[in-house]
Formats: sequence, C-alpha cells, structure tokens
Amino acid sequence: MKVYADNAATTKMSKAAIESMLPYFDEVYGNPSSLYSEGQKAKEVLTSAREKIASLLGCEPREITFTSGGSEADNQAIVSGARLGARKGKKHIISTKIEHHAVLHTLQSLEKEGFEVTLLDVKPDGIVDTQELKNAIREDTCLVTVMYANNEIGTIQPIKEIGAICKEKGILFHTDAVQAVGHIKINVKEENIDMLSLSAHKFHGPKGIGVLYADKKIPLSNIIYGGAQERGKRAGTENVPSIVGMKTALEEALLNVEENSRYILKLRDRLIEGLGKIPHSILNGDAQKRLPSNVNFCFEGIEGESLLLLLDDKGISASSGSACTSGSLDPSHVLLAIGRPHEIAHGSLRLSLSEQTTEQEVEYIIKSVIEVVEYLRSISPVWRDLVTGKNKFILK
Amino acid sequence: MALYSEKVMSHFRNPRNVGIIEDADGVGEVGNAKCGDIMKIYLKIDNDTVTDVKFETFGCASAIASSSMATEMIKGKKLSEVLEVTNQAVAEALDGLPAHKMHCSVLAEEAIKSALKDYYDKNSIQYDEKLFANCNSCEHCGV
Repeated sequence: MKVYADNAATTKMSKAAIESMLPYFDEVYGNPSSLYSEGQKAKEVLTSAREKIASLLGCEPREITFTSGGSEADNQAIVSGARLGARKGKKHIISTKIEHHAVLHTLQSLEKEGFEVTLLDVKPDGIVDTQELKNAIREDTCLVTVMYANNEIGTIQPIKEIGAICKEKGILFHTDAVQAVGHIKINVKEENIDMLSLSAHKFHGPKGIGVLYADKKIPLSNIIYGGAQERGKRAGTENVPSIVGMKTALEEALLNVEENSRYILKLRDRLIEGLGKIPHSILNGDAQKRLPSNVNFCFEGIEGESLLLLLDDKGISASSGSACTSGSLDPSHVLLAIGRPHEIAHGSLRLSLSEQTTEQEVEYIIKSVIEVVEYLRSISPVWRDLVTGKNKFILK
Repeated sequence: MALYSEKVMSHFRNPRNVGIIEDADGVGEVGNAKCGDIMKIYLKIDNDTVTDVKFETFGCASAIASSSMATEMIKGKKLSEVLEVTNQAVAEALDGLPAHKMHCSVLAEEAIKSALKDYYDKNSIQYDEKLFANCNSCEHCGV
C-alpha cells in the first residue's frame, strides 16, 4: 500500500488547479507588463486572480503581493516591519521559539544588523502564552511575528488575540500562515493581522508561488529589485500560470474547508488514538488546538530516521524531527521548545493527512508504526536499559 | 540519488548479528542518547579469536548499518586483525556513507574497541592504551 502522509511538507496538486494553469503556458503567454493585447490579456488574468485571492483572505487586491513562496513572503514581511521600525528608532522584534526557519533565520540576520529579538517560549501544549507576549512588549518593539499553525506539531496560535494586543500597542503583526491557509478559514482583517505569508503548494497548488498580504498602510521594503511588478515591491515577471493555479487551489480548498476539516479531523483523532496505545509514547502539541491534519508523536527508545526509512519500505511517506533527518546535530527546535528532552525528541514522527487520506490508510499507518516501533525497540540498547530497569522511562 | 547506498540499506533492513550475548567476554557501549546514537557490542572470544559477536543500536539507518557491517568484519577474526578495523574500512565496506554520517562508522569502530578493551581489562591482559583512544576522532557530539 502506498500512503502519502506528509502533506505538511507538500501536497499533491489538485486536478482543477493543474487544468487552470495550462492555457497560460502556450496560449495566453504574454508578459503582463507588455502593452500589446497579448500582454494585457495576461494582465487581466493576473488582476482577476489577485482579486479572487484578496476576497478569499478578506483584504483588498492591492494588499496582495505575489512571491516565490512562503519563505520569501516571511523574509519580506519581517524585513519590512524591521525597516519601518528602525526609521522610528524602534529595533525590537518579538517572535516565538517554534517558528519556521524562514522566520528564525531572517530574525537572526536582523540581529546581526543591530535589532534585538525576543523569542517567546511556548507552553508545554505548544501554544504561546499571550500574557508572556504582553510582558515582552517594550517601547521600542516594532514587530511581532507569530506563526498561525506550527509546521511540526500543528498547534494553532491565538492569532486574533495576539493581533488585538499588537493593534492596541500600535505594533505591526505578521503571521506565517503557510500551514494554515486553505485548511482553516482565515479573515485577515477580522483577525487583526497586518501581514500574512502563504504558500500554494501546501493546499494542493503549485510549488514556487506564494503571497504576502500586507495591510495597505504598510510600505513594504523590497528584497528583490529590478522592475515595476507588484507595485514596485517585488521585481520579476509574474508567474502567471502558477498564480492562476494558486487561485484555483485556494478557491477549491476554501469551498470545501469545513467538510474537509471535519473528515480529516476524524482520521486524525483515530490516528492519535491508535498510536497513543503504543507504550511510552506521547502526542506532541495540544490534542484539540491543532491542525485537523497533523499528528506528531515521540516514541521512547528509538530514533526517528530509522523509523521513517522503515515506514518508507512499507510505502508510507512521513517526516521526523530527529537530528539525523535534518542533517544537524540537534533534534527539532520545536520539540525542544515544548520541553521534550533530546533523547525523546530524536524519536519523533510527524504524519500529516489530507482529504485524500482514507480510513484504510490510517489503519495501515497505525499497524505499520506499531510494527516498526516494536522492531526498532527490540534492537535498541536504550530500550533494553529501560525495560530492564537500568534507566528510568521518561514517557509514561 | 538516494541518501544511502544499496549496501547501507541492505544492512539497515536486515542487520546481521543483532542481539545480545548473555555470557559475553567483552562488552562495549559508545555514544550518547542525547546525540541520537548508541551502539553496544558483545564479543565472545576464544583462543585470541572473535568466535561470536552481537550488537544493539539506537540510531539512524547508517548507525544500524555500520554496526551490522562492523560485526560482519570482525566475526571469526584474530584480535590483532580486529584492532585493525578502522571506521574508513567500515564505511568503504558499505560503499560509502554521506559526509554527515561518517561519525556512525567512527562509533562502530569505537564500540568494537571498547568491547575489546573490556575483554582485556577483565582478563588482565596488557595492551597498548594508544590503540583505544576514545572519541577523539569524532567531533559529532561536540563533547
């Protein structure tokens, strides 16, 4: 059986999205910046895609900037917020310890330029404490950036509340919503969001295309120079086919969002129930305030890469936060942030479902994970020391 | 290209000599669960020869494959030959390891030497300390 359970990494493109892109490769292929009719046709398509996406997010078309994806949108949002702050002498930024590296590494580069960054802890359930955020706000805080939903453990942050806190203090608020858009209904204005990043390939759209929504009051800083596209804020000929594909995918995802999320949530909870029966394991992140698609477990006494590769042998595509899968020495910063010790964080498994996942697939995943965990424990000296009582179990 | 060679995957999927030896003559354990790899090697030694060897490993595919290959390489060998098994030899026998996984082969070499040292110590056999330098060749854990 082939089971794709890594939809947080990327998704299979929707047929409708693929179909919608095709005319823009070899029929309407003009450059939207060209004045002749072939160019203007492409421009019209671009305009209507922008309008549609804006209406789906609850903002104005001019507040939409097309980017190469979530990482670029995160970079541009944060750099813009920082530059605007610096002009007023405000050089303090607040974020969290569980952000994606597109945010964390951008913040690190700003630190080298003299910005101060406060990374908030999260509670053991993987959710930011808004009181801690309030306490961290200073006179010179110019930007708060908190992800909408975490890419590893799926926890959903109190975005509207965070936005309200920022609004009251006159601080810009950005959210990396790459994992959330298309899976949860979001209205940027109602949720007090000043800037939001999204990426099409997370909701069955094409790779290499995304959006930065920025409230019209925010003058964005360029990170790519060289043309008048996107109101001069993002140079480069617009990727018309991908933008159309993104629009179609988002429309489709949001049209079915409630039905899909009800269905996926049922599968998720069955998966959590099934894997939770494995002794000495733990669900990472709050069981309720998480994406309908996300399941993330730690299993004591084993290492995640081995688990992944043996699941791959069984036809299951999944992901892990072990150091070995990242090529770095430390396991997932997110798992460490919710208080998992290193040796536990190494044994993590992320499964991310979609509306295309079936009940049979979920049962197959449960059966396979149980088998593989049992096997890896049977050859693990760490496990032997635990069961023989030489060392104490960390997980119940 | 796949991350690992076919040989690595074969030893990972079907590791040779997995298990423990209850009455082992030498046992060696190296690594650290915090770093994500621990290897434990059990030796049965008779007449200066490794007559049996078993291992247990907590770690990634290359750690499991490296321990499996290393046990194959020393089984039935004279102790003088066992001491000559280097991490490079283990990695080469696996048709190579990715650069960031080379520490797994280092761990395998050290696990064997640690088990051998345990045997020498238990039997008060004299040995050259220099042959058992510990963990210096690998900066993986930064300890």
